[in-house]
Amino acid sequence: MNPGDAIPELRTTPDRFLTVRYAGASGDFNPIHIDEEFAKQVGLPGRILHGLWTMAQVARAQTEAAGGPQSLARLAVQFRGMGVPEAELEVTGEVREVRDGVAIVDTRAVQNGKAIIRNAEAEVRLPTIQG
Amino acid sequence: MNTDAVGKTYAPTVYAVGREKIKEYALAVGETNPLHLDPEAARAAGFRDVVAPPMFCVVYSSPSIGPAIFDPDVGINFAMMVHGGQEFAWGPLVVAGDEITTTVSVKSIEERAGNGFYVFESQSVNQEGETVCTGTWTNIVRGMS
Repeated sequence: MNPGDAIPELRTTPDRFLTVRYAGASGDFNPIHIDEEFAKQVGLPGRILHGLWTMAQVARAQTEAAGGPQSLARLAVQFRGMGVPEAELEVTGEVREVRDGVAIVDTRAVQNGKAIIRNAEAEVRLPTIQG
Repeated sequence: MNTDAVGKTYAPTVYAVGREKIKEYALAVGETNPLHLDPEAARAAGFRDVVAPPMFCVVYSSPSIGPAIFDPDVGINFAMMVHGGQEFAWGPLVVAGDEITTTVSVKSIEERAGNGFYVFESQSVNQEGETVCTGTWTNIVRGMS
């Protein structure tokens, strides 16, 4: 990871029941994520993704790029708009700078052409080079 | 808007991290790294048990963050609330068998461009007293004025 390098792209398509599994796994049962009727009643197009699930995809793109969970030191994101099930999500990022063995990565998550996570910044600990 | 709750700190919660819960969470977010799924692989890599993905912090901190966000003293209008931003900083990895104590406080409440910004801070500490995660949770309430 050097300044200017892109991290490997992460692409994933949340299936129809992903929000239900994530609700159980995370404990966030807000009905806007799991109840189609409720979501529509409050003016949403339908059930929407949990923002923190989408943030977990941004986190996974960093740990997969850097070689494991110990590499992620910090992640800050802004949520914009909303994600939906059954549409591909794409996480991309570029290394902005490297200092003291930590890469600063500008990163984002895009779905249907819109950045639903934007202005995200990750700090990734780089593996120590032996020798 | 009422900012009296700024600085308020809530009772800590303790979360016991389980192997199957880590696996359930890891699968829900699409993790394939065997460190999260396979105790043998985790032990071979020098860990006591399976390792939580960094974002598992939302699981062990949620029992503490919930009461703060729902606190009537904070007074969030949920019908108009969106999760605006989130930041986590991580220390040592969390593994199955850890007990994580999380304390949440109200960091700031401010109005900007007609919207209310409610910012909470969480600090999660393991049984050795090491800070494993700090979180900054920003909720935006639209149309405050």
